[in-house]
Amino acid sequence: MYVAVKGGEQAIARSLELLAEARRGDAAVPELELAQIREQLRLGVARVMQEGSLYDEELAALAIRQAAGDMLEAIFLLRAYRTTLPRFGYTQPLDTTAMRVRRRVSGTFKDVPGGQVLGPTYDYTQRLLEFDTTTPVVVKPAETPLPSNMPRVLDLLDAEALIERIDAGSDPEPMDLTREPLMFPADRATRLQNLSRGDEGFLLSMAYSTQRGYAESHPFAGEIRMGEVDVVVCPEELGFAIEIGSITLTECQMINQFHGGNGVPPQFTRGYGLSMGEGERKAMSMALVDRALRCDELAEANYAPAQNQEFVLSHSDSVEASGFVQHLKLPHYVDFQAELSLLRTLAAQHAAATDEQPLSVAGGEAP
Amino acid sequence: MTPSYNFAFLDEDTKRMLRRALLKAVAIPGYQVPFGSREMPLPYGWGTGGIQVTAALLGPDDVLKVIDQGADDTTNAVNIRRFFARVAGVATTEHTADATLIQTRHRIPETSLREDQILVFQVPEPEPLRTLEPREAETRTLHALADYGLMHVKLYEDIAQYGHIATSYDYPVLVDGRFLTSPSPIPKFDNPKMDHSPALMLFGAGREKRLYAIPPYTRVESLAFEDHPFEIQRWEHRCELCGSGESYLDEVVVDDRGTRMFVCSDTDFCGQRRAEAQA
Repeated sequence: MYVAVKGGEQAIARSLELLAEARRGDAAVPELELAQIREQLRLGVARVMQEGSLYDEELAALAIRQAAGDMLEAIFLLRAYRTTLPRFGYTQPLDTTAMRVRRRVSGTFKDVPGGQVLGPTYDYTQRLLEFDTTTPVVVKPAETPLPSNMPRVLDLLDAEALIERIDAGSDPEPMDLTREPLMFPADRATRLQNLSRGDEGFLLSMAYSTQRGYAESHPFAGEIRMGEVDVVVCPEELGFAIEIGSITLTECQMINQFHGGNGVPPQFTRGYGLSMGEGERKAMSMALVDRALRCDELAEANYAPAQNQEFVLSHSDSVEASGFVQHLKLPHYVDFQAELSLLRTLAAQHAAATDEQPLSVAGGEAP
Repeated sequence: MTPSYNFAFLDEDTKRMLRRALLKAVAIPGYQVPFGSREMPLPYGWGTGGIQVTAALLGPDDVLKVIDQGADDTTNAVNIRRFFARVAGVATTEHTADATLIQTRHRIPETSLREDQILVFQVPEPEPLRTLEPREAETRTLHALADYGLMHVKLYEDIAQYGHIATSYDYPVLVDGRFLTSPSPIPKFDNPKMDHSPALMLFGAGREKRLYAIPPYTRVESLAFEDHPFEIQRWEHRCELCGSGESYLDEVVVDDRGTRMFVCSDTDFCGQRRAEAQA
């Protein structure tokens, strides 16, 4: 005899207990401290802050622990918290030229004013698993400190008028994508905002596709820099700017070929990527996708997925994508029942038609 | 009730934004109003649009009912009801007649709704033309021009191929003779309940950031052709629990041999009928 499935509430409560137990693991092993996550999993923390759109290392560490290391779940947790926070105001545009650089490389010039600075990078680690526990390293400070102000590599090209000019004051006030819906066509500021919250894996694949012939834009890594940037606000009641702290950022400026069009002479064009913390893969991917999405403005053929702004911007967000893909596990009994009865009707029709007239299905064409 | 959050989770400015968008939606029946959908503590695709609408409407005196697939006891319905009991502390009910506000996924209750009730739908895809035209810029133009040829051709092709329209749920409707609208993935069985409904019907699509409404007593037509009128699902069975021959039935597999039984999808409707039969 059928008994209606009751007790959803109790099932959920038990499931939460099981989850808490599984998250904690063996109780004999000490629980992770947030400081350990913040200090020793800093790249994970950076990604969660970036895609969670909230610069707070402590909260990101908390989210990572609560999500048992599932970065997308941690991002979701941080977003759901962020949405409840009041807005006090907006900062002034960050000045990345004044970044206190810890890493800075250029793929376009052998040497640049200020020099190439590798900084803490996995690039040349040889990826050998370190089986022995690592001993703390004491780093000696460099003999000559890095200059406090490193000119941007792209500004060197700008002086020769070889690269498109971007007037810093020409941008309209950006909209806030977390407060207003994304509408199409989206301007560049809106697109960049969407990409900066976008899933790193998705952007990486989109960027990769542009290198494999789907909207080839012949990119060069003009400059990648990482370091600390001051955050400045100008409260209305004070009328002057004050520094409220500094954050770590990774910035990538791509240089791309452009053969001219839309009244613009042949010149180099820019793709821009910015990420909180050390997020080089994300910043580089973002810069390539940003450039691909500028196809209409530059009168380039718009044919590839990475150039299609509705395709890219509508599917970049991991919280949206993860929720909707996984909602398929929710009950769909009612719709499935509707489809079942429809399919039974179609099957009966098909059987009847095959019995009588092999080549006619209710006036339609037979396969 | 969790005191660290505002009543019904959302801050009052956000509720105000939602109410303004809802007023616009009611003023233009069936039109999809873009709104600043917030990130909710439940996943996108699980009812974030409906939850935001409910949060914007709830007052302390409201009585909330939440159903999924017509049932109050499915886990997602339980979870959403639990959420509002936690962040708003409102009274909840499983009885359709006792509720002032009903949030639903995939069904309209069998019990007729009244003027003093609001039905809030969770909507995964608000754009009825989306599967025919993926570009948002294009579908907005088609709505502006009331150009729904794409959908008529699709339905015609169904008839040409199968002899009848092969859409069984999320069956497109024309609201107030103007906007082609998705009724959300309810079975077409429920479509007639929308026509001239005394209750206000509000639709929230959180992930897609759209709201729309069907005001009370509005004409809602399911698309059809003169020679192929709209029809709803019929069963050869009756509900094996309450004996109803008019309700939407779920098919349940009851043993390893694939034996089926048919029961009401609306658990409150079914339970009430059984209680009355026993009395």
